[in-house]
Amino acid sequence: MTLPFNLDTSLLTLIIFLPAAGSVLLLLMMTLPMSAEGHKVAARWAALGVSLLELLLAVYLFANYDQAAGGFQFEESAPWFALLGSSWHLGVDGLSVMLILLTGILAPLAILISFEIEDRVNLYMALFLFLETGLMGVFASLDLLIFFVFWEIGLVPMYFLINIWGSQNRVYASVKFFLYTMAGSLGLLLSIQLIGLTAGTMDITQLMTFWPAFQGDGGTFLGIGVETVKNLAFLAFFLAFAIKVPIWPFHTWLPDAHTEAPTAGSMILAGVLLKLGAYGFLRLVIPLFPVQAATFSGVIAFLGMAGIILGALAAYGQNDFKRLVAYSSVNHMGFVVLGVAAAAYVYGAAYTGGGGMSPEELESARQSAVLAMNGAAMQMFAHGLSSAGMFLLVGALYHKIHTRDLRQMGGFWVLAPVYGGILIFTSMGSLGLPGLAGFVSEFLVVRGAFAVPAFSLMTLLSMIGLLFTGAYILKAIQKVLHGKPSQEWVDYNRQHHRLEITWREGIAIAPLLALMLLTGLLPNWILPMINTTVTRLFGG
Amino acid sequence: MDFQTVNPTASLLAILPEILLTILAILILALDLAWPESRRRSLGIVGAVGMVAVVLVLLVFTPPPSEDLSAQLVLGGMIRHDALAQIFRTMVILAGALTCLISVDVPGVGRRGEYYALLIVATIGASLLSAASDLIMVFLALETTSISLYMLAGFLRGDPRSGESGLKYFLFGAFTSAIALYGLSLLYGFSGQTNIYALGDLLAGSRVPDYAVLLALVMAAVGFGFKISAVPFHFWTPDVYEGAPTPVTAFISVASKAASFALLMRFFMAVFVGYDAIWVQMLALLATATMTLGNVVALWQKNIKRLLAYSSIAQAGYALIGVVAISAQGGAGMAAVTFYMFMYTLTNIAAFTVVILVARATGSEQIADLAGLNRRSPGLALVMTIALLSLGGIPPAAGFFGKFFLFNAAVDANLVWLALVGVINAIVALYYYLVVVKVMYVDRGQNEDVPIPVGNSHAWALAFTTLGVIFLGVIAAPLYNWALTGARALLF
Amino acid sequence: MNSPFPVLSVITLAPIAGAILILLLPKTAKQEARIIAAAATGFSLLLGLFVYFNYDVAAANAATTPEQMFQFQESIPWVEALGINYHLGVDGISAPMVLLTGLASFAGVLISWGIEERTREFMAFFLLLVTGVYGVFVAMDLFVLFFFYELAIFPMYLLIVTWGWKDLREYASMKLTLYILVGSVIALVGVLAMYFVAGDATGTYSFDITHLMNVAAMPDSPFNANVFGIDGLTFARAWFPFIFLGFGVLAGVFPFHNWSPDGHVAAPTAVSMIHAGVLMKLGAYSALRVAVQLLPQGAQTHLPWIVFLTLINVVYGAFIAMRQRDFKYVIGFSSVSHMGLVSMGWATMNVYGMTGAGLQMFSHGVMTALFFSCVGMVYDRAHTRDIPSLGGFRQVMPWVAFAFIVGGLVSMGMPGLSGFVAEFPIFTGLWDAGPNITLQIGSWTLANYYGVIAVVAVLGIIVTAAYVLRVVQQVFFGEFNRERFAGVGDVTVLDKAALVMLLAAMIILGVWPSIMAPMVESGVAPIIRLFGGGA
Repeated sequence: MTLPFNLDTSLLTLIIFLPAAGSVLLLLMMTLPMSAEGHKVAARWAALGVSLLELLLAVYLFANYDQAAGGFQFEESAPWFALLGSSWHLGVDGLSVMLILLTGILAPLAILISFEIEDRVNLYMALFLFLETGLMGVFASLDLLIFFVFWEIGLVPMYFLINIWGSQNRVYASVKFFLYTMAGSLGLLLSIQLIGLTAGTMDITQLMTFWPAFQGDGGTFLGIGVETVKNLAFLAFFLAFAIKVPIWPFHTWLPDAHTEAPTAGSMILAGVLLKLGAYGFLRLVIPLFPVQAATFSGVIAFLGMAGIILGALAAYGQNDFKRLVAYSSVNHMGFVVLGVAAAAYVYGAAYTGGGGMSPEELESARQSAVLAMNGAAMQMFAHGLSSAGMFLLVGALYHKIHTRDLRQMGGFWVLAPVYGGILIFTSMGSLGLPGLAGFVSEFLVVRGAFAVPAFSLMTLLSMIGLLFTGAYILKAIQKVLHGKPSQEWVDYNRQHHRLEITWREGIAIAPLLALMLLTGLLPNWILPMINTTVTRLFGG
Repeated sequence: MDFQTVNPTASLLAILPEILLTILAILILALDLAWPESRRRSLGIVGAVGMVAVVLVLLVFTPPPSEDLSAQLVLGGMIRHDALAQIFRTMVILAGALTCLISVDVPGVGRRGEYYALLIVATIGASLLSAASDLIMVFLALETTSISLYMLAGFLRGDPRSGESGLKYFLFGAFTSAIALYGLSLLYGFSGQTNIYALGDLLAGSRVPDYAVLLALVMAAVGFGFKISAVPFHFWTPDVYEGAPTPVTAFISVASKAASFALLMRFFMAVFVGYDAIWVQMLALLATATMTLGNVVALWQKNIKRLLAYSSIAQAGYALIGVVAISAQGGAGMAAVTFYMFMYTLTNIAAFTVVILVARATGSEQIADLAGLNRRSPGLALVMTIALLSLGGIPPAAGFFGKFFLFNAAVDANLVWLALVGVINAIVALYYYLVVVKVMYVDRGQNEDVPIPVGNSHAWALAFTTLGVIFLGVIAAPLYNWALTGARALLF
Repeated sequence: MNSPFPVLSVITLAPIAGAILILLLPKTAKQEARIIAAAATGFSLLLGLFVYFNYDVAAANAATTPEQMFQFQESIPWVEALGINYHLGVDGISAPMVLLTGLASFAGVLISWGIEERTREFMAFFLLLVTGVYGVFVAMDLFVLFFFYELAIFPMYLLIVTWGWKDLREYASMKLTLYILVGSVIALVGVLAMYFVAGDATGTYSFDITHLMNVAAMPDSPFNANVFGIDGLTFARAWFPFIFLGFGVLAGVFPFHNWSPDGHVAAPTAVSMIHAGVLMKLGAYSALRVAVQLLPQGAQTHLPWIVFLTLINVVYGAFIAMRQRDFKYVIGFSSVSHMGLVSMGWATMNVYGMTGAGLQMFSHGVMTALFFSCVGMVYDRAHTRDIPSLGGFRQVMPWVAFAFIVGGLVSMGMPGLSGFVAEFPIFTGLWDAGPNITLQIGSWTLANYYGVIAVVAVLGIIVTAAYVLRVVQQVFFGEFNRERFAGVGDVTVLDKAALVMLLAAMIILGVWPSIMAPMVESGVAPIIRLFGGGA
């Protein structure tokens, strides 16, 4: 497979494989004759360089994506596995562009934070870049099989990042994470086989048009009723993505994984990996299984709501700073789920021709669904920023005081004013304070979902969830920053290690703060792109 | 058929090999007198070279006449000079030559002229046996071989085991050949014919009561069964093999067995042609019993010569499969037997040569004393391994083709069950062959750093047989085709 | 279509030539023996690559007669009287196998560089074994196939019993040899019967695969004629189980698998590599070539129940592997599990499953060779294979750790690696076979159960993931016992070279299936046509 590396024809391939090449480079660098220290430094800067280059490509993609036209762009296709009707088919629409951009932004920051890693830096950085390849691949692929390939590949480096560089419980957490997700994707595997087999192609763009209406040969294929098969396949898809999001109650792997992962790991995990699930819903589940999704949307919405409320409550219950932030992800992703549910409902209704709604109702419902979808997409982006920031800050603190127990903290604002400020800013962002990214997205979701008649109640309940969100955020702030610093912290701060945020951490978080603010004040730098995509998705 | 017109030249040509062998025997006795003790070592060499020369004469100057029966029946119908006879004579004389070669330096026999003379006489008998086509000649040849072999088996006067072996062989042999003789006389008495082909016509014409024929059939089977050491006439085999001087054991195990198979096929095909329904069943059962018993009992053997004895019983069983498969097209069954006997001759002599050498160095014939042979002298271990593989029917040794041809014929003759019995037996056999290999390669023995001395004559014998086994294992076609022509002679 | 230059013969005979050379060396010439062995296997490997990349897939797809299926053919009469020809050739299924043999054998020689005890004999018998393996894969005449099949067994025995693991070698080697031989000779009798049935019907008696395929494809094929006068009990139906399972023994089909773990564990590293990596494929390959390809009717009757045996292989093998304490037994049972997938692929009798099975033979071959070399490297240095007492070995042998981890990912079917490329089509094939295959035993019929089998088999993958992670965790991660393993150092350059070679094969195939899938497909298509289904 010869690839002419011409930016416009094979930009996506380049985006996918650049980090992988970087990780190979890093592994090879291990064999260079250098001092241990020299190895570390070289590895760190090489990794940062690669990720920045990747960011450049992502920005280039973002800049050159024709927002007005929408749809899939930068498509490319090459033969891959003809027997299974699968080909190396890449392409991006607004949604994927946004997520690619998000990944591109978070990666260098996470790497910057990872400069604190001292143990086997080459390997760490290599795995990290490889992880980025996996993520980019998922977002860029337009072929079911390729999608699955990258979907699974991401597991491996994540497993080792947690397993090797995590904290005390790392082994348990990493294995749990691995098996949980793998089990989740087995169903996905089987149903992808079913689909590919019956459709004769794995091409997502073709499947979108072909699969929903597919009736098999005489209402059955493989001897089973076509509806049964579709329902099963839908369940499999749902399960796989639900575990990844994670939708309550499939979230139990998440707190462990987050808590045990190294800071950068948590950043990527919360910032991007969770989005894979949601992306799966928007890219595959709703378009391929409109009917099932619609009939199921109530449940999805309910689970989303449950995630919002229970996630918030669970977060409030934590005394471990990092676990608290971890549960906040369950809470925030709940909004994404809610938006997805609304979209599923309306899309399905529209697909089945009204679903008992009059055209006007349907139209208005579609309007609000589009809003909700925009919200969900935005929420992915916003949560990517805020959660990454939160984990960064938690990590920064932990790195200095070597405990995550909120009960031992307190009064750090006095000791580390800048850090305190940043922490408050970031948590406000994730709280959804107007003027920051979180607000825009959550508002859109709630507004959209509320207008969808079926979901008004659950939306209302979710609003209550927002209250709890405020509660646990404030709890965190109060526990960490307020009060009077105990004497030993004061001594610790003076003698051992300054609690104040370091320059490197500052540089790492600055872009996040900036983006939160930017997105909060004028979301339009990215919203239109999402909007066109979403509207097109609904054939609006 | 008219046997009266004796064609002197044809007859002389037909028995030229035997004549030459007789001369050779006399020559050796003369040399034995003439030469001083010191030079008698060369007697074996002379015998070997002489016999090889005879083989060449046989192959070059005495080709069998056209495939027409009456032309091939010479010496007043005493012997039939056909392709089958050619092959088996080549086989037995070659066996004789090799036996001479490996007898050199063997204590007690190596420097004895009469030993070689007896050996040659036994060879003459075997050679005639494979061509005999008249009851009288059958019995004469049978006894010529047997009696000289009795003496050879008991040749080591000092060694009680050898004496016992000779006596046992003699008693069993005399008993069974008496029975066989009685059977033959029955045939003669009822038919007034001694030529087996004439007999065949008569019996086919059913002018002889069936019970008599069957009686004769069974009795002949007893006689031949003894010679090929088929169960239940095998009891002599292990003791004789163990006690006799090892070269003699080698000779008994191949030459007399091969010749007897030739006779068995010729006799049954000619005489009892009309009764094959019966004797095929009989021999099939005989084959099954022989294979199975031989292999199962071999599993428990501790002495290498006894092991080879039981293995040779089993081998006879396999060969019988080919005899039974008469209905295989183009005489494939009998061709298979011929091929099998040929490769078996080479293989077994190779194996026994190694036994001779090891026994001379270690003074023991226990399997356990082969331990560390691979470390001690890798060459011998390799030869022994190849021989055992050939017996076990593993490529690239000739045994693979041998067994393949047999089972092929069996399946062709719709005897799939017999083929299955055969292959399963082959596996059982492989077990004890592999155990020996294991002992040679894995176990540790004494003075592994002292290589076992190998004299020239033995080296030649080993080289010839081993290369022969490998050659037949890769390029089997020529010999097999020859065997097919031989088999066709039986089908007339 | 004879090739001007007998490349297949050279590939097959180069190792045996090397063996003879080595035996001519003096006892002390160890280094020379190693070099000759490496040269011989390396040469065959290069020619194998040549064959692989010059195999014309387009021509194979265009082939209409069995004679055209095979390429690089060469034929010399061997025993005319029985219609036996020394007839060689490769199709899309065997070409990758030839390549696999080259990879595994060359790597095997590199890995065994450190063998000091009777190096000459070791290398010589190893080369003999390799010749046997090559021969089976390139044979187009069933006699030739059996000749090499049996040829491969004995050196295997001797290598295990002489250089194997002391505690187990005598028992394991004998068990292995007898198991495999019993299976093969029973198959041999079946083939003889096939030969005569075909011969009696057509008048030409030949062991040639193409001839027998033509007979099998005849409208009123004698293979489909009743035997024993029982209606419906055709020749094909009567003999298929014996031939298929006869070879299946070597493929480790349940319940005939239990020679294999012991054999693998007892064997010296290089032999385990060839053994699990290639020799087990001989069984699967021959079962396909002889049983499925020549007795399609029998296949259609019997594979629907044989598939359950393979299912047991997959799941049971994985669970047993989970329970092992001995590092090498884990791998041994994982082979049982993965080879089950191959037979399962044959059992689908459609292009997806069989292509997948073909790929799985290659993928598993390379993977398991890699596994065993890793185990060997650890064991040679740590002198224990007890998983709990190992640990932290990535610190001393990072390359091995990396290689083993990648191999583990392959074995759990991680996308982007060869295992996925192989297993995915197999499962697809199971789905596809679902509605087309029904199991009929007397009046009792079972329909559309292949889907269920797929679902159950997938569980095997989860278990695989579990035990692979466990081994990786306990052997390569965790605490490294400095006192106990004081002397343990990193592996040699040759070892690394071998590892890299095997890794490359798995990754390339995984990243770019098109390099092999179409070839295997071209080999499978004609067999599918025999089933009367379009490929």
